[in-house]
Amino acid sequence: MSLAQEKTERHTLSVLVDNEPGVLARVIGLFSGRGYNIDSLTVSEVSQEGHLSRITIVTTGTPMVIEQIRNQLDRLVPVHRVRDLTVEAISLERELAMVKVRGTGEARSEALRLGEAFRARVIDATTESFVFEITGKSDKIDQFALLMQPLGLVEVSRTGTVAISRGPEAM
Amino acid sequence: MSKEMTGAEMVIQALKDQGVDHLFGYPGGAVLPIYDALFQQNHIEHILVRHEQAALHSAEGYARSSGKVGVVLVTSGPGATNAVTGLADALMDSIPLVCISGQVATHLIGNDAFQECDTVGITRPCTKHNYLVRDINDLARILHEAFYVAQNGRPGPVVVDIPKDVQFAKGTYVGRENIEHKTYKPKLVGDNDKIQQAVEMISAAKRPIFYTGGGVINSGPAASRALRELARLTGVPVTSTLMGLGAFPAANSQWLGMLGMHGTYEANMTMHDCDVMVCIGARFDDRITGRLDAFSPGSKKIHIDIDPSSINKNVKVDLPIIGDCTKVLEALITTWKSQDRHIDRDALDAWWAQIGRWRARNSLAYRQVADVIKPQQAIERLYAATKDRDVYISTEVGQHQMWAAQFFRFEEPNRWMTSGGLGTMGYGLPAAIGAQIAHPDALCIDIAGEASIQMNIQEMATAIQFNLPVKVFILNNRYMGMVRQWQELLHGGRYSHSYSEALPDFVKLSEAYGGVGIRCEKPGDLDAAIQEMINVKRPVIFDCIVDQQENCFPMIPSGRAHNEMILGDMAIDLDAAISDEGKMLV
Ligand SMILES: Cc1ncc(C[n+]2csc(CCOP(=O)(O)OP(=O)(O)O)c2C)c(N)n1
Ligand SMILES: [Mg+2]
Repeated sequence: MSLAQEKTERHTLSVLVDNEPGVLARVIGLFSGRGYNIDSLTVSEVSQEGHLSRITIVTTGTPMVIEQIRNQLDRLVPVHRVRDLTVEAISLERELAMVKVRGTGEARSEALRLGEAFRARVIDATTESFVFEITGKSDKIDQFALLMQPLGLVEVSRTGTVAISRGPEAM
Repeated sequence: MSKEMTGAEMVIQALKDQGVDHLFGYPGGAVLPIYDALFQQNHIEHILVRHEQAALHSAEGYARSSGKVGVVLVTSGPGATNAVTGLADALMDSIPLVCISGQVATHLIGNDAFQECDTVGITRPCTKHNYLVRDINDLARILHEAFYVAQNGRPGPVVVDIPKDVQFAKGTYVGRENIEHKTYKPKLVGDNDKIQQAVEMISAAKRPIFYTGGGVINSGPAASRALRELARLTGVPVTSTLMGLGAFPAANSQWLGMLGMHGTYEANMTMHDCDVMVCIGARFDDRITGRLDAFSPGSKKIHIDIDPSSINKNVKVDLPIIGDCTKVLEALITTWKSQDRHIDRDALDAWWAQIGRWRARNSLAYRQVADVIKPQQAIERLYAATKDRDVYISTEVGQHQMWAAQFFRFEEPNRWMTSGGLGTMGYGLPAAIGAQIAHPDALCIDIAGEASIQMNIQEMATAIQFNLPVKVFILNNRYMGMVRQWQELLHGGRYSHSYSEALPDFVKLSEAYGGVGIRCEKPGDLDAAIQEMINVKRPVIFDCIVDQQENCFPMIPSGRAHNEMILGDMAIDLDAAISDEGKMLV
């Protein structure tokens, strides 16, 4: 019965909120104030006329903590809806990253070949560098960045995970 | 109704429309337009406090004793930061407040202007919700929304921060009609199948208990009536948290007294050994549960709460019912009656017999002596002298608070105001003032400690100014008694900075404010002195000199289970009674 013994799980939560000042601070403050983890967080307006933003949070915790996070989010006044996409739906998760690689000669062509294999697009090129744009699940991006390491990886900028459920229904 | 007016006028109009009669506040540069509008009307009485923290606690006392929303007005910067403790207190204890703060003009925000602070940033984690009003056309709606949010669902404090230019600006006022929040719509009615399951679980119980909390008080008097009815129908024993005292009458034979760290032996043992626990509007706080993994190990648990985030937070329950206590209790009663349910008579008799044996342990017993007043005795005498009156009790924080909870007996809800969640010293006097404002003819008493009272003693001036005959009943043990007790139990009796040095002469202090001072040092003088205090129709500080060394028992040491209570008459090695892990806990 001991709670501490429960295993931690990773969940993706979708949160629909009023797009008003301070709403992100409320969500982040909730996580820091109560000691919850944020593995990734993305936010953007999704309906201009409805003034709605969608926040996607990837978090880890025991099932009891995840349930707490859900309920704590749900009781914030500007929060419309919270869905745990990991348990309530079969969901799609994607992340976009830009990856800058610097190099010449064999390393440079190897980076380009790997980019193709990962379906990354070259969105900037100089004689000694590329910027790749890559989308996919987060582990694919991790993998890509890892492979680029010895080939002259300079920096990575990632959006964090966005997610949506499969099928015709909205969250 | 919609009409053109200034922001400051809108504030007054919105308060009027919300039925506000009293406002606790303190002026300053950033709220001058609102004070000007206040000056030009006479619907709302403004109570001038002497410190903004006290405005919040007064509003809490007002709200808790009347069931209405408490309303506060403070200025920007230091006015707002002084309000923070009161906001945090109200959030922890789920008290509905609306706190209006002034802010520097919109174009100055972010420039470190004079008396600017990030009020919404600072108060975000200590309010249920807060607003910065940037546009006059949002002001009326936000004010009405603030009242809606403060009192619906689990109640709490709401801040509305209004820049000075918005107070001067003209706009269109909208009335309160139909204003509710577009998304914040708490669930009030419990699911039918859950109600049915609960009725089945309770009727199949052999060793049931009702564990009730502040949610029953917050839900309104109807919840207390329903609790009494359900207890009568089922015959189940009832205990309560500190916050819930009064929801169930102390005179009722099914009452076990308060539970938790300083609760009665019978309440805690009943919790520990029960087979079905019905938690009604309480939240399994650490003061209640003791060691979590040993908390009521053999019971099935039903949890009724309006706030889904209270469910499974500390303790996993078998049957959560989300809803308002009144509605859920009434549904339980209806179902219980219509299905003609009852608990097995023999099982219940055996359970009550067991409870009787625990009661016989007489866990609140203390020893009286001839020449020194025992603090418990002082509360008992105070209770005896006031029980037939219309009485409202508030407290500060410490041993005296626990003794008040143990020895004062409450028959009705809304009569007891104490800082439960935050444990704020300095709460009691302003809370008594708030209760007195709401109930001008009642007897409002702050049961205080000599250390706590000094944290908001300046409110004596408020009491004098507004002719509020509040009584401050100090159990003066010349110690921060609760700190001293923990130092005795946990830190080898090294009383580090817990001695109340350089105490003022409380009698003279009261007189200096224009009140009455009474000192009592001998048990034999107690009754007469208390009578004198009651008879005086002015503010009184009663300096009751009590035993310095008395400890508050029974006690579940931190990190221990309900069945590991320390009782006052046990000869035990206290240091050994508390584990090293327990010492880490507060
Ligand atoms: C604002 C605040 N500061 C510190 C504490 C910690 N604290 C809890 S009880 C207590 C001692 C209170 O002393 P007193 O008012 O004399 O009450 P007693 O315990 O002696 O009855 C202290 C310092 C607190 N609860 N609140
Ligand atoms: Mg003291």
